[in-house]
Amino acid sequence: MATTGKVAGIVSNLVTVEVDGPVGQNEICYILLGGEKLMAETIKVTGNRASVQVFESTRGLSVGCPVEFTGHMLEVTLGPGMLSRNYDGLQNDLDAMTGVFLKRGEYTAPFDPKRKWAFKPLAKAGDKVRAADWLGSVQEGWIDHKIMVPFDYEGEGTVESIVPAGEYAAEDEIAVVVDASGAKRSLTMTMKWPVKREIRGYKSKPRPFKAMETGVRTIDTLNPIAEGGTGFIPGPFGCGKTVLQHALAKNAGADLIIMVACGERANEVVEIFTEFPELDDPRTGRKLMERTIIVCNTSNMPVASREASVYTGMTLAEYYRMMGLKVLLLADSTSRWAQALREMSNRMEELPGPDAFPMDLSAVVAGFYARAGYVELRNGQSGSITFIGTVSPAGGNLKEPVTESTQKAARCFYALSQARADSKRYPAVDPIDSYSKYLEYPEVVEYFDRNVEPGWVGKVLEMKDLLLRGKEAKDQINILGDDGVPLEYHVNANKAEVIDFCILQQDAFDEIDASTPMDRQRYMVDLVLGICSEKLAFDGFEEVGGWFKKLINLVRQMNYQPFGNDKFKEAEAELRALVAERRAD
Amino acid sequence: MQTRAFQKIYTRIDNITKATCTLRAEGVTNEEMAYVDGRPAQVVKISGDQVTLQVFPGTAGIASDSEVVFTGAPPTLKVGEALKGRFFDAYGRPIDGGPEVDGEVREIGGPSVNPVRRKQPSELIATGIAGIDLNNTLVTGQKIPFFADADQPYNQVMATVALRAQADVIVLGGMGMSNDDYLYYRNLFENAGATDRIVSFMNTTENPPVERLLVPDMCLAAAEWFAVERKQKVLVLLSDMTLYADALAIVSNRMDQIPSKDSMPGSLYSDLAKIYEKAVQFPDGGSITIIAVTTLSGGDITHAVPDNTGYITEGQLYLRRDTDIAKVIVDPFRSLSRLKQLVTGKKTREDHAAVMNTAIRLYADAANAKTKLENGFELTDYDRRALGFAKDYSAALLAIDVNIGIEKMLDTGWELFAKYFTKDEVGAKRELMDKYWKA
Repeated sequence: MATTGKVAGIVSNLVTVEVDGPVGQNEICYILLGGEKLMAETIKVTGNRASVQVFESTRGLSVGCPVEFTGHMLEVTLGPGMLSRNYDGLQNDLDAMTGVFLKRGEYTAPFDPKRKWAFKPLAKAGDKVRAADWLGSVQEGWIDHKIMVPFDYEGEGTVESIVPAGEYAAEDEIAVVVDASGAKRSLTMTMKWPVKREIRGYKSKPRPFKAMETGVRTIDTLNPIAEGGTGFIPGPFGCGKTVLQHALAKNAGADLIIMVACGERANEVVEIFTEFPELDDPRTGRKLMERTIIVCNTSNMPVASREASVYTGMTLAEYYRMMGLKVLLLADSTSRWAQALREMSNRMEELPGPDAFPMDLSAVVAGFYARAGYVELRNGQSGSITFIGTVSPAGGNLKEPVTESTQKAARCFYALSQARADSKRYPAVDPIDSYSKYLEYPEVVEYFDRNVEPGWVGKVLEMKDLLLRGKEAKDQINILGDDGVPLEYHVNANKAEVIDFCILQQDAFDEIDASTPMDRQRYMVDLVLGICSEKLAFDGFEEVGGWFKKLINLVRQMNYQPFGNDKFKEAEAELRALVAERRAD
Repeated sequence: MQTRAFQKIYTRIDNITKATCTLRAEGVTNEEMAYVDGRPAQVVKISGDQVTLQVFPGTAGIASDSEVVFTGAPPTLKVGEALKGRFFDAYGRPIDGGPEVDGEVREIGGPSVNPVRRKQPSELIATGIAGIDLNNTLVTGQKIPFFADADQPYNQVMATVALRAQADVIVLGGMGMSNDDYLYYRNLFENAGATDRIVSFMNTTENPPVERLLVPDMCLAAAEWFAVERKQKVLVLLSDMTLYADALAIVSNRMDQIPSKDSMPGSLYSDLAKIYEKAVQFPDGGSITIIAVTTLSGGDITHAVPDNTGYITEGQLYLRRDTDIAKVIVDPFRSLSRLKQLVTGKKTREDHAAVMNTAIRLYADAANAKTKLENGFELTDYDRRALGFAKDYSAALLAIDVNIGIEKMLDTGWELFAKYFTKDEVGAKRELMDKYWKA
């Protein structure tokens, strides 16, 4: 019999329950209040008292309200029909809810279990199968959605029967699997999985070796992220974190994008709801929404489900990864999740760590980032989750617990700089502070050699050197004055400006400039590096700035034009003539 | 005192602190209102039969045998057309000498709007102030604060914006507002003949600080009624949110909670977000726009209050005194309206974004030139022109006393570009320069 209990104490959304039976850590329960059922998660057990965090407002709750425990942890329902949906942090379908305002205790199904799908079997009777093996597939939108052996299936089983190709509802039995002891299990197209456990069942998780194209030049060219890699974007408010994340969601070369809006502004999510169904995916010509799932817990939604939202997003990503898909998971912002942990830890009166965050914050963050990655499946296919999270450091100061914990876990670091944002140099990713560890991976270097051009990473490093040299020159000029430094310094400072304006800065709101394919990036990098390697002659520093401004203006005109059209070529010709004027003999 | 028949009256309080008192009581629900010795209070913690009440006016003079009655309901407000033209205290009681408002009783601090039911904001709010309309365009359904030092004229600018914004209803929430400022608003609205569309909830410096905690929820409950039931455009002004946060800190301190950054409660982000996220564009035309004030201490925006606010709101506006033109301007560098791209170039002329960005970039060049000058270096010809531009730009567009239409702002921008720079130096999109350049 399921455990029940009664409410014994309430502080905000932390409720103490007196229970009459066994309770598990992280077990889900429902508190009954009038006709409403409020979902809650057990976060501490002491004797016959369980502390639970309620995923809803606790207004009106009183001592003695009955509580029902469910016997399972927070779990999601997986199956066909999740694509293009808008979920809250607990996988409730927001569109299925009634009314303009969220109603407490209203839980909706993540997809319709009665909907029929055209099922094609991939396995046959007599096949030996394990958890996550593919039994068949259905066409979900444009994705070949694999129907898998449930991830919780233990050991090896034999397919006793499987239905022939045809139309079946998601909840219909499609196969029966029998294990060594003779126990039979009936399988449908759906299954449940607890969000806090990684979905395993793949063969291996090798080091990422392919680059993931995002269309954002400062990432792809300067600090590329690998497919199956991890990255994070810390930055003070107003530096364009969200714009950058949206740009990634729009242009990244992934099969599926899962966006977790975690404790952020509702209007930002509305922007996705409004725009994505209209925007075309530049790669496939389909609408962007067709490859997107949104999990949103905006800042005014209950705090406790913020933590749930990032895990829900990750679990959905893992489910699709097991089908051999390339998934990009974006979370904005992981700081809000950390703050939700802090609020709870505070109410539980735990001894605080730095800045009142819980002591195990680092471990929690690292454990989460570790779930991303490139995997090889047992059937020889591969899948990946590339994860990019944003961090909102308090006061813009990167020396704070969430940023520091994340830095230990993520391999790419895209630091947004206030100074760049102030001078409207967007995306405001600081080229000097940011890094990508993947540039050090020999397998990634080799990938670029083969797929972009031989010696590509060498060029990237050269560009980084030029940027650093330019910055040093600029600092010297600021200290010593325009005429206090050699002419060479002015030239170096301006060369860095050329890279900054032509490669790094990108107009996310311009139709053409918003996304740059890799071959165009290569062309522009070669062009810009060519200019930077020219020996240029100037009679005095006064001439330098003006000449470079003209040059930068021309390259920017190129960036606004379709690649290789007449105006593009015209500007390029003008540019080459301009360079020829100054070429030292 | 509002009591019901057959109500149980408790007369034994176990524990009294400066802001809370604790007693044994039964059948109490979380967040319900109570009266302690006639003073409004709210349930903030229940542990077994021990109930902790936050007493809004403070506990001075409360005795351990004071009478406590529970109302059985969370804080409420009576809403309706009758709210218009009225001034209330933090509990929604009239302070203008008028009668009690009769209307439908609504809980304050109610549920959030389902994000998929929101509409993307797309209606421009014109204020005539170019520092706002040109560089930081406001949109209905937006939430944006002024980040201002105490000596800056934020109340005046906010009042100007409110009056020019053509909102159907203006809800003014005062938290720790000085009585002088309260009277300033009242007179200004009266003189402008706008009193009949104002609703005001006021906690002045003369009232107990903890009462402030009710003001934003009161304002937004009223705003929600007008926006949902009447489909009206509602503008909510909240001044000053820093003092609201201070009250939160006082309460959390009294509840023995571990403070996080700057002695603020760990839940500050969620507490502020709950208020600001009430800003919304409803699909059927009604909207709530929030303009708030967050006062800074010595311009420090890394303090927990402005910092958390910045992450919640859709931009922020800074005021600054420009000594070159001896006027207060809207700072173009640090101010930001995150929703501006929903209207710039769409509801305004196509060159809006280009003029805005270019002018700010050139203004930044002028700032660099100024640094050079201060450090005693020679200026180039470009530097001198940039400085000239900056002065004109500041006077003609950034100053808060500007009151012109957006087209005029754009034309002024192009005139200034042509006056000081060549097309190469301006470097905007060529098609736009060909079309709008003022030779």
